[in-house]
Amino acid sequence: MIAAKHDHPTNAQKFTDNEPRAHWHDQAIWFVRSKRDKAAWTLPEWELLRERASQIKTHMLSNLAGYLEQFEAEATQRGAVVHWAKDAAEHNEIVLSLLQKHGVKKVVKSKSMLTEECHLNPFLERHGLEVVDTDLGEWIVQLLHEPPSHIVMPAIHIKREEVGELFHEHLGTEKGATDPPYLVNAARVELRQKFLGAEAGITGVNFAIAETGGFVVCTNEGNCDLGVSLPKLHIACMGMEKIIPRAADLSVFLRLLARSATGQPITTYSSHFHGPMEGGELHIVIVDNGRSKILGTPEFRRSLHCIRCGACMNTCPVYRRSGGHSYETTVPGPIGSILAPSRDPAQHSTLPFACSLCGSCSDVCPVKIDLHLQLLTWRKQIAALGLLPFDKRWGMWFAGKLFSHPRLYEFMGKVGRKLWPWLPRFMVYNGLNKWGKQRELPPMPKKSFRELYAERQRQKKS
Amino acid sequence: MPRVGLFIPCYIDQIYPDVGLATCDVLERFGCEVEFPKDQTCCGQPMANTGCTVDAIPVAKKFIELFASYDHIVCPSGSCVAMIRSHYEHLLHDEIEAGRVDRAKFKHVEKNTLELVEFLVDVLKVESLDVPFPHKVGLHQSCHGLRELRLGQCSELVSPAYSKAEQLLKTMPGLQLVGLKRVDECCGFGGTFAINEEAVSCMMGNDRIHDHEEAGTEVMTAGDMSCLMHLQGLLVRQKKPIKIMHLAQIFAGRAVT
Ligand code: SF4
Repeated sequence: MIAAKHDHPTNAQKFTDNEPRAHWHDQAIWFVRSKRDKAAWTLPEWELLRERASQIKTHMLSNLAGYLEQFEAEATQRGAVVHWAKDAAEHNEIVLSLLQKHGVKKVVKSKSMLTEECHLNPFLERHGLEVVDTDLGEWIVQLLHEPPSHIVMPAIHIKREEVGELFHEHLGTEKGATDPPYLVNAARVELRQKFLGAEAGITGVNFAIAETGGFVVCTNEGNCDLGVSLPKLHIACMGMEKIIPRAADLSVFLRLLARSATGQPITTYSSHFHGPMEGGELHIVIVDNGRSKILGTPEFRRSLHCIRCGACMNTCPVYRRSGGHSYETTVPGPIGSILAPSRDPAQHSTLPFACSLCGSCSDVCPVKIDLHLQLLTWRKQIAALGLLPFDKRWGMWFAGKLFSHPRLYEFMGKVGRKLWPWLPRFMVYNGLNKWGKQRELPPMPKKSFRELYAERQRQKKS
Repeated sequence: MPRVGLFIPCYIDQIYPDVGLATCDVLERFGCEVEFPKDQTCCGQPMANTGCTVDAIPVAKKFIELFASYDHIVCPSGSCVAMIRSHYEHLLHDEIEAGRVDRAKFKHVEKNTLELVEFLVDVLKVESLDVPFPHKVGLHQSCHGLRELRLGQCSELVSPAYSKAEQLLKTMPGLQLVGLKRVDECCGFGGTFAINEEAVSCMMGNDRIHDHEEAGTEVMTAGDMSCLMHLQGLLVRQKKPIKIMHLAQIFAGRAVT
């Protein structure tokens, strides 16, 4: 099956068509970006920390195989079982077979973007299991049958009133209620039941430590702890780039992660797991799903530094105004626009262009990924793969020719400026002119700079 | 007297000639010997940013040939300077390796191409401008100048505050700089982005304008005419009173029109 080509500009336009909503979205996310700024400024050593984190990640990626093996050995030593999955399908099969082996029917999940990337929920549901996302935001989008629109704040695109409505329908809360404590409490009561009834807990992994074979999951609601303390089976799903070499490195990342993500000094819960609980089982599924392919491309390997803090989305002026869903990928925003084309450049060819190249993402990224430059590199590759639309391709070919021939350039400029004032408005402002839809074109001067400059020089001499 | 090769980007040459003239005026006032090599056209950025490197390479090669003999190459556009300083190396890598571009010439051009404000502050060491400009000015710090040339502090970084443009504007008699809420957010121009992602681009532009309106800007200025062209397009369509001027025009003491 050939997946349909995604079209960011059209999706974005739909989002901005509802202007008040797009503004609200921009402001809600800008608020988080501002909180991040304040939090970063509380650490005078912030830029040093970023540098350090980036170096650790670079080192890790150059020795990835070794660290993964070390992690496996240490984790096994501690009684965990490590599984390897080359792609999403294999990952899902492994998880399903573990669940089936234990006769599990009900699973609670704590937020994991990897299982989202692998589309685990629909897969398990197809096999008759009930999966509940226990992170509040994640659960809200699950109830809405929508994918998350942000990797840290999955329901950031949904307004309080809409949550009230949704809960009224599903949990029987009062109609029209929008009071957050009331709604959260209602959710808590309902989720508590799910926790109690669950036979297995699935979590993500934020950092896996090669040295100790342990791993850390960061949440704000404590749902990870709850989800894996009651049932006997804990399955942790991790992308293979989540490895860090030493326990000591953790301090660097924990300080950066929450500040970058939400502006908190640290996430409310940083749950450490070293082996299974007594009488229980711990399985760790390490997933490649295209990562080693990215590792093999020098231009893009640094994108594997990503710790999924979401800061690049929060700062991205395009993401804020087009919404996470417009990207049609699990990870949206700048980093998503780099990761997605490596899976399928044709399907995601518009994403590297959904960027004004402002560079804010590269400066905000706690692990110093040169995001905007990688997006620029993707544009080259998309052009090289012949995936540029016809008008762009030939427009640039023509521009290249024009700019390589100064006389022709000068002549065309002159003709253009002469003709311009005579053109009737409908010929300039029509459906073909996207510039003119909301903007006027600048008035054309009679003479170009080079003509005026020549006159100026003549006058100077005389 | 430094010998300055003036680089006037294609769109300034064709659409905003006075920005070029103002640049000449300012440079000459500070004692530069300015020359405009007339075979210049463009730095190649539009093609390179669209991914069409094959079309950008010949344009970049021509640029280097044309400007290699000057002490400094000065340009009133941060974005074009960033193209040369931050992206030529990558773009021309193979050409240089194969000897089709002279490495020494390339290095000279790469190192000595400067944005106007940067040149005034860093090379000419201009400290103040005794040119009255009694208006409320809103400075749009364009992204490439900011995050590639570091002409000012970027709000994402934990580092000391500075802005080379602000530093000069503040010394001008009567000029009042307004304070913006989002000090360095992108205006949404982004070259072909303005066409490609028209909806988001215009929303970004309108948000910038709104910030300036609230701050009381009378004249909006920037080191990049391209950003201003986009913002002007929106302002004129909506018949808003804010005026647009390039920094060079303000430095040269042009009247507000
Ligand atoms: S790319 Fe950087 S800023 Fe974006 S989510 Fe990853 S770590 Fe955070």
